[in-house]
Amino acid sequence: MSKKLGLVLSLTLTTLFWLTPAAAEFTIEITQGVDNPTRIAIPPITQSGRALPEDVSNIVSNDLQRSGLFSPIPRQNMLSFPATIKEVYYRDWRILGSEYLVVGQVVENAGRYRITFSLVEITGGRTVFTKVVDGGSTQFRDMAHYISDQVYEAITGIPGAFSTRVAYVTAYPKNGSMNFRLMVSDADGHRERMLLESRQPIMSPAWSPDASELVYVSFETGRPAIFRQRLATGAREQLTNFKGLNGAPSWSPDGRKLALVLSKDGNPEIYTFDLTTRQFSRVTSHFAIDTEPNWTPDGKSLIFTSDRGGTPQIYKLAIASGRVERLTFAGSYNARPRLAPDGRTLVMVHRDNGNFHIATQDLVTGDLRVLTQTYLDESPTVAPNGAMLLYATKQGDKGVLAAVSLDAGVKFLLPARFGDVREPAWSPK
Amino acid sequence: MKTQLLKYGAIISFMAALLSGCSTTGSDEDASASTTMPSQSVTTGTVSTQDVSGTTLGTDSAVARVFYFEFDKAVLNAESRAALRLHAEWLKAHPAVNIRLEGHADERGTREYNMALGERRANSVRDFLIQEGVNAAVMEVISYGEESPAAMGSNEASWALNRRVEMK
Repeated sequence: MSKKLGLVLSLTLTTLFWLTPAAAEFTIEITQGVDNPTRIAIPPITQSGRALPEDVSNIVSNDLQRSGLFSPIPRQNMLSFPATIKEVYYRDWRILGSEYLVVGQVVENAGRYRITFSLVEITGGRTVFTKVVDGGSTQFRDMAHYISDQVYEAITGIPGAFSTRVAYVTAYPKNGSMNFRLMVSDADGHRERMLLESRQPIMSPAWSPDASELVYVSFETGRPAIFRQRLATGAREQLTNFKGLNGAPSWSPDGRKLALVLSKDGNPEIYTFDLTTRQFSRVTSHFAIDTEPNWTPDGKSLIFTSDRGGTPQIYKLAIASGRVERLTFAGSYNARPRLAPDGRTLVMVHRDNGNFHIATQDLVTGDLRVLTQTYLDESPTVAPNGAMLLYATKQGDKGVLAAVSLDAGVKFLLPARFGDVREPAWSPK
Repeated sequence: MKTQLLKYGAIISFMAALLSGCSTTGSDEDASASTTMPSQSVTTGTVSTQDVSGTTLGTDSAVARVFYFEFDKAVLNAESRAALRLHAEWLKAHPAVNIRLEGHADERGTREYNMALGERRANSVRDFLIQEGVNAAVMEVISYGEESPAAMGSNEASWALNRRVEMK
């Protein structure tokens, strides 16, 4: 954990980023949660009664609420504010109907902070765990998300994804032309940072598997080209400059290659690009559109969109053999595939009665399930724990992000204050 | 590029020259003077058309430089083909002029698929011009997919305006 926080610290200290507080920061509107969310209480976590620079317990509370699986007890309803297990009066929490309680306190030592926190099961009257997390004075948000991850995993059995980040593109009119920005924020929309600003379109951000870099498409040269950018330093490199399409980059699970789309040979084909040898290798050969490649978790196959059957559908290509298999058959438009971490749940854009929605297809049973009922839904991106996905949708004429759990039980919107927000990409860790 | 880019106005100058029976080509000065010409009228139903009939040439409208398409289609309609034949004649007469064909899609469907669709539409225009005898080397195709809409609304009228190829 200390190693991880060290990485975060190096990110927050860099001066290469323009800080844009509240530029597109999100307010979260939960539109649907589970029927019986787990009631949990997180009283204030303080340093011997003194407030911290960040309200850690409030951040944990918001994280858990946003998962849709928890209903945090409002602070003003609490009868006591215990900081340690010894201070817990179970009766205080049983009265409130709380099933779980998280207590914690902070100790400072030479500018470093340690939070000792415990998860208590009220109904069983037992301590589930006691853990510690360390960080510097600028890392209370990271420590809070770490606490959320630990609590979420202990109760649901699924690793938390609260310490992850999201990349996305914003667009809004400025001085008579469109202004495009490539942004990265925490998964809860806080600590938004700008990586690139351009008057030409920016598209298709995708993460490296170690979450230290992004690849994306930028039109800044007057043509679409694929760029790679390191988050810690802001350093960028243009990777492609071919005639025609240079698009849809996707990083291989081992980090060594990209899959991407080029039309230099006449029509859109999928290539792999070896980041070490700089060799391009064409892997599709069809006169139809082949695009939107994404790697399977084992790195051996690509799933992609093709209209070789007459309408856009999703196919799977075994890279070694070149064998192509069609995966989707329901409906006249299935595109931009992603796989959940289980490698079995296909996530895609599916046209349903003329409307574009996010759907899943179980690749074993073939069951198709439409997850969303919003408008013009696109760009689904699955959390690394496979519990939720983010996607882009429209509210009125405005592009916003929304989230839905893969079982469709939890839904929420993340409307930005202004401008269009689009193409979310959830970091892989 | 060894040659200048064809500008909107150059085409318009060409039409003016054609109408007046003059055989000279438009200069850059002519082009800049002509950029205030009214833009094409476009119907906003499910199928868009341009005024490119012979009678239009007698009015102060110019030959269409924007060509519209149906959803997920890259087939040129009759109006577009008629306009492109006129462009082809002019381009063959002015082989030093380069053009840029910018393909676009409406916002429905996925962004990278729409990049491919925009390119397919621009290729339809390019291929038609090649058929008509225009040198392929003077044409550059760029797709913007759905990233650079002509109309901002999320409705059929805007979508019809956005499924297009622009000749520049």
